[in-house]
Amino acid sequence: MSKKIVCRCEDVTEEDVIKAIEDGFTDFEELRKRLRIGMGPCQGRTCIPLVLRILSRKTGKRVDELTKPSFRPPIVPLTLGSLSGEEDEV
Amino acid sequence: MRYDVAIVGGGINGCSLAYQLSKRGLRVALFERDYLCSGATGRCGAGIRQQWSTKENIVLAKESVRIFENLSRELGEDIGFRQGGYLIAIHDEDELKSAEERVRLQRSLGVDVRIIDREEMLDIVPILDPDGMQAISATFCPTDGHADPFKTTFAYARSARRYGADIFTHREVRKIIVNNGRVVGLIAGRDEVKADYIVNSAGAWSREVARLAGIKIPNVPVRKEAIVTERIRRVFDAMVISFRDGIYFSQQDEGHILGGIPGPDEREGYHFQPTFSFLVHMARTLTRYAPSLRCVKILRHWTGFYDVSPDARPIIGEDPKVKGFIHCHGFSGHGFMLSPMVTKILAEYIADGKDSDHLHSLSIERFKGKKIRREVSVVG
Repeated sequence: MSKKIVCRCEDVTEEDVIKAIEDGFTDFEELRKRLRIGMGPCQGRTCIPLVLRILSRKTGKRVDELTKPSFRPPIVPLTLGSLSGEEDEV
Repeated sequence: MRYDVAIVGGGINGCSLAYQLSKRGLRVALFERDYLCSGATGRCGAGIRQQWSTKENIVLAKESVRIFENLSRELGEDIGFRQGGYLIAIHDEDELKSAEERVRLQRSLGVDVRIIDREEMLDIVPILDPDGMQAISATFCPTDGHADPFKTTFAYARSARRYGADIFTHREVRKIIVNNGRVVGLIAGRDEVKADYIVNSAGAWSREVARLAGIKIPNVPVRKEAIVTERIRRVFDAMVISFRDGIYFSQQDEGHILGGIPGPDEREGYHFQPTFSFLVHMARTLTRYAPSLRCVKILRHWTGFYDVSPDARPIIGEDPKVKGFIHCHGFSGHGFMLSPMVTKILAEYIADGKDSDHLHSLSIERFKGKKIRREVSVVG
């Protein structure tokens, strides 16, 4: 079977996620710290729903019973230059 | 359930101590309210530094580095340890004088550290702008470094479990039972657990945990903020810090630049919200230090806590009044880097009754009416 990528930013496969869950990392925040899912430029927009579904399947909990991932600002990546108030933004 | 030692808090110190104790054959339980490294450990700058102003911290840090150097092998998995050095900016003649004093003390204790000029600063971190950072020189210690806090915590936890420790996550300790001036156990979740020793390694929440045993500790939680940028090509290996500006930043193995600085709206207490004023201050200072980072994007911004003690040094050892209650907190932003040695000292005390100079100099009793010597080499 071909690899199924669940986190494109950090290159994490479905298999990696399943293995980590089996190793005892059973909520999204733990998986994030183990696999770096959701830590890339998209901040988890792609992987969160996919990982929650895998977690739900593996733990037998409904998606709405799982701990929700935390969100960290900014919503989109911002340059250090624009944040320091420079006029000539790149 | 009955254990020799119950540890409260699953950060780097709790997990490392669980490993040290279970390896020595003790029955250990660890209780974490959230998940492992959910507090300060998983939010920290991950630096490992030996350049301190007090003898105790220098010795603790140096011995810790020695342990870090072999830790991946010892635990059987990679903890991401590397030694790219710490570069500490010197901004004026006064700072130079105190840096020279510190370097003398550090060298007398066997730390490989020296003062470098602006040219050498650029050799080590080519993206620096010494004019922008207003630096006349710097100190540099090549054996300072970095490890991955997630990998290190999980590796300790896994090894501890292998030695038979029980690690419970998502289980909050609600009560500590003290009888005739001695701890006898605790209530975690719905379980009553008996234990001869209870360790408080709860970081920013250690004062709440101490209160459960009727003990008052002088620590305060202080909100700290940090950022990480997108990945860029590998440009430097050292951590750059300044005591004057309070900034620290380094490039992680994956290529991100991670850093922090005290924010304009920093205050004590359990405040979790990130502040925009921090973000602007950090961006301005970082681009002043390294102007080419202007076009690099920030991916995330988060908060964490320093568990700050009155002299910015850890508080470790058995409580003088409540026997069996072990302090392991007050790290004031340096818990990750000092953890290997601190937990080794505590494990030797708990398992073998072994005394150590550090247990005296870092005892909670030092705050009683005596003049305290504050660690001044603090950033972030």
